[in-house]
Amino acid sequence: MPLDLFTVGDPIADTKAPMDVPIGERWSTRRFRARLVNPANRRKLTVIVVGTGLAGGSAAATLGEAGYRVKSFWYQDSPRRAHSVAAQGGINAAKNYRNDGDSVHRLFYDTVKGGDFRSRENNVHRLAEVSNSIIDQCAAQGVPFAREYGGLLDNRSFGGAQVSRTFYARGQTGQQLLYGAYQALERQMAAGNVEQYARTEMLDLIIVDGRARGIVARDLVTGEVSTHFADAVVLATGGYGNVFYLSTNAKGSNATAIWRAHKRGAYMANPCYTQIHPTCIPVKGDYQSKLTLMSESLRNDGRVWVPKERGDARDPREIPEGDRDYYLERIYPAFGNLVPRDIASRQAKNVCDEGRGVGPNGLGVYLDFSDAMERLGRPAIEAKYGNLFDMYAQITGEDPYETPMRIYPAVHYTMGGLWVDYDLQSTIPGMFVIGEANFSDHGANRLGASALMQGLADGYFVLPNTINDYLADGPFEKVDDSHPAAAEALAGVQDQVQRLLNINGTRTPASFHRELGRLMWDLCGMERSEESLRKALDRIPEIRQEFWTNLKVSGDWTSINPTLEHAGRVADFIELAELMCVDALHRNESCGGHFRAESQTPEGEALRDDENYAYVAAWEWTPEGAPPVLHREALEYEYVHLAQRSYK
Amino acid sequence: MRSSVGNPADEKRGMNLTLRIWRQKGPSVKGRMVTYEVTDISPDMSFLEMLDVLNEQLILSGDEPVVFDHDCREGICGSCGLMINGTAHGAGVAAPGRTTTCQLHMRKFKDGDTIDVEPWRASAFPVIKDLAVNRGALDRIIQAGGYVSVPTGTAPDAHAVPVPKKDADAAFDAATCIGCGACVAACPNASSMLFTAAKVSHLGLLPQGQPERNDRVVNMVAQQDREGFGGCTNIGECSAACPKGISMENISRLNHDLLGALRAGARPKS
Repeated sequence: MPLDLFTVGDPIADTKAPMDVPIGERWSTRRFRARLVNPANRRKLTVIVVGTGLAGGSAAATLGEAGYRVKSFWYQDSPRRAHSVAAQGGINAAKNYRNDGDSVHRLFYDTVKGGDFRSRENNVHRLAEVSNSIIDQCAAQGVPFAREYGGLLDNRSFGGAQVSRTFYARGQTGQQLLYGAYQALERQMAAGNVEQYARTEMLDLIIVDGRARGIVARDLVTGEVSTHFADAVVLATGGYGNVFYLSTNAKGSNATAIWRAHKRGAYMANPCYTQIHPTCIPVKGDYQSKLTLMSESLRNDGRVWVPKERGDARDPREIPEGDRDYYLERIYPAFGNLVPRDIASRQAKNVCDEGRGVGPNGLGVYLDFSDAMERLGRPAIEAKYGNLFDMYAQITGEDPYETPMRIYPAVHYTMGGLWVDYDLQSTIPGMFVIGEANFSDHGANRLGASALMQGLADGYFVLPNTINDYLADGPFEKVDDSHPAAAEALAGVQDQVQRLLNINGTRTPASFHRELGRLMWDLCGMERSEESLRKALDRIPEIRQEFWTNLKVSGDWTSINPTLEHAGRVADFIELAELMCVDALHRNESCGGHFRAESQTPEGEALRDDENYAYVAAWEWTPEGAPPVLHREALEYEYVHLAQRSYK
Repeated sequence: MRSSVGNPADEKRGMNLTLRIWRQKGPSVKGRMVTYEVTDISPDMSFLEMLDVLNEQLILSGDEPVVFDHDCREGICGSCGLMINGTAHGAGVAAPGRTTTCQLHMRKFKDGDTIDVEPWRASAFPVIKDLAVNRGALDRIIQAGGYVSVPTGTAPDAHAVPVPKKDADAAFDAATCIGCGACVAACPNASSMLFTAAKVSHLGLLPQGQPERNDRVVNMVAQQDREGFGGCTNIGECSAACPKGISMENISRLNHDLLGALRAGARPKS
């Protein structure tokens, strides 16, 4: 690799997981060795939690219950709006209620394999260990999981697994789990343990004497920018999929909190690992503002196919069996329609590239329920997927009970994120990162129903146990606005807000965002090559240059101004996009969702290069002009053997 | 690589619409309806995408865009909520009549239509700016008792407490409420009864919700009164406007629970 794109710094390693005991004992050992904080002293310690999704909501509630003073921040009007609410399919746990051979070890194994051997074994094992407690906790909160007639919990299957370990609440599992956490959080607010900052966006991190001690945030209603201090800061701000403009994320989902923390010294790990979800409603037109997922659970009963012949424009119902190519079942007989997401997406792209795609622009494949309707009857399909079918009909104007759905891959989740150790602490002491915002558990590809598991694992069970070890050194010296570090951060944010308003050019933030997203989808999307990435890296600085000279934001900063909010987020997306491309270019192998055209097996599957790339790429920000610094964390596999993934 | 963006030639473009939109600079400033024209609106656009088109025009001409709450744009977060031609979320415009604003699509309108767009109107939901209102009152109703007190780590095995499927399904139906506030906006009394009843039902139908059942209902009802929501007179506009189809049965259940709780001596915390 040419040296102008990045430089290589010292390796980095997790030092918190107790490696002197077997993997099954590491979490309990860590909990034992982590120092505790006496309940009476917890009242003297303040923790800022940014974000109220599954990770942030559950963490803030749990820390409040423990007796810490919590300040909770979110940009929406209510904590219940966080985008975890939109997760549809389910949540994994190793309960083995089906008696189908599941176990903690199998969930651990499936997750490491599903992540294409690019995740940290210790973290994944812990995730599998705590998965069962999550289901217990949520059931006790009154989360209305799907149940059998005997009153026990129902399960279904998800991609990348041959057991049924996914718990669900119709197609609204994320909503119901989030409301469980939200209600627990509201209870702590009522009890006075959690202070609430609604419609407030974090815009910088305050570091004092090397420790994260607070944030700069903007009240989105009054426009006021102010500082907030604490003994520790927890970021639970979700993923950065909106770099691509079109994604299944919410419109407001953004990378600003993690990116500004990165610019303050937190390493960003594996930013090129993005998940393109195979089953989304295809793009309609250039006005499109977001994409809508159709849950992976649909692949339990839906069969994916395209016509065998290119350009077969017949109504799908008229195409006889013999003229259909159920390509996932053909290529992967063992897993069929339930192969992991990265594989299903790439194969959809392949058949469309061959010209066999369906729909108005040839960018779609069929997801067909006619066999399942015949086998189970329409009422059974309605009970399982009713809300998804309704949503599809509302968006497309087509009835999926009558005609097959058309689906196409779309950006859905980002496995990359801020680097954290086993304690979920970033490279900045006192700043913890949980949920999708960190990088730790999913490697290069996340399995379905594992995001909800990770968010709640981090928030309910991991962070509340590990953060004590850090807080045991507190309370730290009191800081306020008069501290130079706080004043500098505050002034920096105020300057940027003013700068965005002053450019007064001719293009809106949305227009830059669309251009960036299109570029990233085309050049750093489902398939990347050295050529495409170099092209992106040539173009992104030009977009950034134009953004800062030709942006138009109307209105002012003294009241709600969504254009101003969007502008700040797009500025950060542009910088992050560049790092994503550098990361994708430097990783000259394919793994999981990162598919480099140059690195594939003869059958066209992702070809890893374990000898050279079995590491986490943790990037350090350097001030403008200087290339980022790469710190490698070697990935050692003690319990899972590195192998070419096979789902055939 | 092929791009995912559709070919504009495939689209049936062309609707021209007149929008009359409520503009209000702030909570204490008087608002008014302002007329705008949008052209070339695709029937496949969502209602909010149509407003995006308007806002892009406004920004470029140096005007302030219309502020409205929205986030997931897939009908689940509950952020969006507009009175469209006098109905919450445009209910009645959409067939079968159940939708969030973000899931209302322009194919439900005709070329040349005039569309009135207003915020939720209720004294418990003060306008923040334009079409955005403050719905914090709904969160405070939840704070008053809309939870099961089960601190993290204290739960028994999930199978320790079986729940009859019938109860679990009914609880789920109530639990789908997204807290958008359409029920309040649609109610002639601006009552939040359907919202409160949905949570009382959801938790009251489950064994896990029993220990706090009486206190929950009296405290949540007391809180909605304190917030300034109107009384429920069983008109049913709430349920008709609800994007999730929360039924009036939940209100009956709340009233039943409330009566039982009061009879058993439960009284709201002051």
